[in-house]
Amino acid sequence: MTARIGVVTFPGSLDDRDTQRAIRVAGAEPVALWHKDKDLKQVDAVVLCGGFSYGDYLRAGAIARFSPVMEPLLEQAKAGLPVLGICNGFQILTEAHLLPGTMLRNNHLHFICRDQKLRVENAETAWTTDYAAGQEIHIPLKNNDGQYVADERTLDELEAEGRVAFRYVDFNPNGSQRDIAGVSNEAGNVVGLMPHPEHAVEPLIGTGRTDGLPFFTSILKKLVNA
Amino acid sequence: MSRTPLDTVEHAAATPDVELPWAELGLKKDEYERVVEILGRRPTGAELAMYSVMWSEHCSYKSSKVHLRQFGEKAPESDAMLVGIGENAGVVDVGQGYAVTFKVESHNHPSYVEPYQGAATGVGGIVRDIIAMGARPVAVVDPLRFGAADHPDTKRVLPGVVAGIGGYGNCLGLPNIGGEVVFDACYQGNPLVNAGAIGVMRHEDIHLAKASGAGNKVILYGARTGGDGIGGASILASETFDDAKPSKRPAVQVGDPFQEKLLIECTLEAFREKLVVGIQDLGAAGLSCATSELASNGSGGMRVTLDDVPLRDSTLSPEEILMSESQERMCAVVEPEKVDRFLEICDKWDVIATVIGEVTDGDRLEIYWHGGKIVDVDPRTVAHEGPVYERPYARPSWQDELQADDANKLPRPETSEELKDQVLKLVGSPNQASKSWITSQYDHFVQGNTVLAQPEDSGMIRIDEETDLGVAIATDGNGRYAKLDPYHGAQLALAEAYRNVATTGARPLAVSDCLNFGSPEDPAVMWQFAEAVRGLADACQQLGTPVTGGNVSLYNQTGEAAIHPTPVVAVLGVIDDVARRTPVAFQEEGQLLYLLGDTREEFGGSAWSQVVHDHLGGLPPQVDLERERLLAEILISASRDGMIDSAHDLSDGGLIQAVVESALLGGKGARLIVPDGLDAFTFLFSESAGRAVVAVPRSEEVRFNDMCGARGLPVTRIGVVDGDTVDVQGEFALPLSELRETHEGTIPALLK
Amino acid sequence: MARVVVDVMLKPEILDPQGQAVQRALPRLGFDGISDVRQGKRFELEVDGPVDEAALARIHDLAESFLANTVIEDFTIRVEEVAEAVK
Repeated sequence: MTARIGVVTFPGSLDDRDTQRAIRVAGAEPVALWHKDKDLKQVDAVVLCGGFSYGDYLRAGAIARFSPVMEPLLEQAKAGLPVLGICNGFQILTEAHLLPGTMLRNNHLHFICRDQKLRVENAETAWTTDYAAGQEIHIPLKNNDGQYVADERTLDELEAEGRVAFRYVDFNPNGSQRDIAGVSNEAGNVVGLMPHPEHAVEPLIGTGRTDGLPFFTSILKKLVNA
Repeated sequence: MSRTPLDTVEHAAATPDVELPWAELGLKKDEYERVVEILGRRPTGAELAMYSVMWSEHCSYKSSKVHLRQFGEKAPESDAMLVGIGENAGVVDVGQGYAVTFKVESHNHPSYVEPYQGAATGVGGIVRDIIAMGARPVAVVDPLRFGAADHPDTKRVLPGVVAGIGGYGNCLGLPNIGGEVVFDACYQGNPLVNAGAIGVMRHEDIHLAKASGAGNKVILYGARTGGDGIGGASILASETFDDAKPSKRPAVQVGDPFQEKLLIECTLEAFREKLVVGIQDLGAAGLSCATSELASNGSGGMRVTLDDVPLRDSTLSPEEILMSESQERMCAVVEPEKVDRFLEICDKWDVIATVIGEVTDGDRLEIYWHGGKIVDVDPRTVAHEGPVYERPYARPSWQDELQADDANKLPRPETSEELKDQVLKLVGSPNQASKSWITSQYDHFVQGNTVLAQPEDSGMIRIDEETDLGVAIATDGNGRYAKLDPYHGAQLALAEAYRNVATTGARPLAVSDCLNFGSPEDPAVMWQFAEAVRGLADACQQLGTPVTGGNVSLYNQTGEAAIHPTPVVAVLGVIDDVARRTPVAFQEEGQLLYLLGDTREEFGGSAWSQVVHDHLGGLPPQVDLERERLLAEILISASRDGMIDSAHDLSDGGLIQAVVESALLGGKGARLIVPDGLDAFTFLFSESAGRAVVAVPRSEEVRFNDMCGARGLPVTRIGVVDGDTVDVQGEFALPLSELRETHEGTIPALLK
Repeated sequence: MARVVVDVMLKPEILDPQGQAVQRALPRLGFDGISDVRQGKRFELEVDGPVDEAALARIHDLAESFLANTVIEDFTIRVEEVAEAVK
């Protein structure tokens, strides 16, 4: 058997088909989920993909967070359903308070698209077990509102609990506090990050690296072995 | 409040002496008289609005048409053309049942007025053209030209344009994979913002802008209609027909990329379910254009009720509604029994959709407002039978003098030190410097199919995940060359784009163009235009790459001063297996560097003459299209058979510019030897066309040389990939770190 | 010290996609009866010295040339007394 991983399409989602492809490349079965349905179709995990849901109007993720699909998602994520939020998906997860902190506009005020070096700080979340802790990887980054901020106490807590999942290395592309690129919830089933692992799963495409594939193989192994 | 009666067709017939503001709407006297002759009466206000906007230069191509015919008359035999000139965009067969549509358009004037929104709505417009052919858009490219890099106004225009392109294109989820950025003082008051897009579909999914089948419904969907871009129609509303003052009309249109993204998804879903008989996007001239185009291309007539158009501003008059250029709208023709499903899909995507009319079995376009018939025309007379001008043209008096001012006579560097300094000056000059400050604001990765993106020679997209079939696109233009010689300048633009596609390993198939020129009322400009079109048509014929469509932008000038004639040419190519693509970056130390083609003393219009001497004069490089074709064949074969690991076309800046770019991208240096028979200066800076530099693994050296020899392409070994300097032996060595600092530091420093 | 507030709004005739997206989301969240939303920017300028006519004229210039893009935006200026020590 394989795992069924849902990918939610909101109006303005952009990377839904790319994420489905990455799930397929990893060997799992992608399941399309629609923002207007209060139904997760009994998937084993969910990815909230990148894009500009509702044009990022008001605040990135702010309108999508109130979509019907978010109701069962919030409920089940709190009960342990693995959820990965990439870029806009990460923003939606923070707006929904499944993950702490929020994202401000990049400190240099420009959209930025680059091949970004990251360090995997926590290789024990549901989505990172196929990495080694401390491993350095290159993942494409592309966003306008990627500056991760939280109050000092929250940041200290995240650090102490090992919930900083990824950090930018060599260059902080958006002014994120403590170089944070991604975080997880306490249980480790919900992970959010700004860079786009789904764009680094095939050798010929994008940056030519496959450093993003372990996100999808990690979750597949976890679900299949469960 | 007293209102004058609605200007219906009946009313117009009964009041032949009413004076209409045709001049304010941009019509000439004889053009207005022709409208009266066509109709057999004076037009209604609404009819005048339609004719004036559809007969404008922008929509009717009235000055350029007589020249553009050559693209059809001289079109080479090509099996690849599926849809040619005249539709929203041309369509090319790329094999395996796939068709590709691509087009480049200008949005120059709006981008000067409001750089962000002007550029953003330019992207929006070209993308809707692609959707209207039935294709899913897969990439965009943006050839941009600005005034002098250090001019204060460039700091206003450039960041706004770049943010606008990024803001709109990124939000649509379209990778930006190519284009150019050029600085020249001639574009100071008139930047060129050209936007290109590519779309992919299956052959059977090609859609055309036509309304056929009496009883079929006309559906307007997308954004509500506001008072955007209707300066002219407001004159009509205020001065002639309505003494109630209209509300203020926006001078600038704001784009809503989110709305456009929904429009893309909802249109593609309707295509998938085969719900659409004909489709047209609403761009310039809005509903006037969409209804008249759809009706005149179809088999019947059309009846439209304007009261049903959803409005953003309820004070709009019918003339204004017809002329409104509000963005993010489309018009579809749908069979009655499929209307419900079509509306359901629109609702699913939260897109407003309204039936505004139907196809009739007559041959008239009739439009109603408040129950009165305000338009009754033969749609062909609006859309296709506009005026055609044979504008006078004459070779400008200064052309001879310009060509006599030979750049080959400029002082050249005399010492190795001077040569080195000029190399640094070149690679750090705004036109030759790295544009990553700009391109990093564009998403290149979205959709997960990008194989190559700028600064590669061409952008490349995979279109089939199973077979790895891909397409490549390059856009090029050189206003300096075209100023010196418009005929050959246009050919050089084509040659460069063609070469850039082949350098990455793709086979050039077809051409689109965006012709940016000054005022057609100036005979000198008209001569430049005529020469450029003739040159391009001749060259397309010889290279076997048909022109599938394009765009003409005239009146690009500030006062009396026209921009350089700037034909921008896009070439589309196909590659059977994207795994065989060839990148620009040096891959491995020890690989041998070969120069393909002939190097002559050619410096007219060159980057060197501009950067070192601020000079423009002489003749551009010679054009040898047979050589271009041979070079392309060699590059494609070598790429397919794995004989080369990197390749870079030589164009502005010459060989040294190409080698420095390959070295910096690959993080590997090069040792270069000046070949026999050439001096170091000519070797490094000449801009002779028909050349490329390739890196050949040693194991392939014999096979590669044999292939070039057998096919008669001159090939010269010029060095090796090696070390961390660019070392021109016997002259100078420049560390990559210094080159990088110079090459990458310029643009951020200028714009910070 | 006084605070001058500059509110920048898109001109009424200019499309406001952001306001529109917010407005459309409202019924879903149970907020009915709001027919239109427009989104703008608010700038708070802390002014040293008196806010006299000359100061306001300078702020007007600043708003016109810099804070607002008058091609598409309007602005309004008002003076707000800064109530110190009020919690």
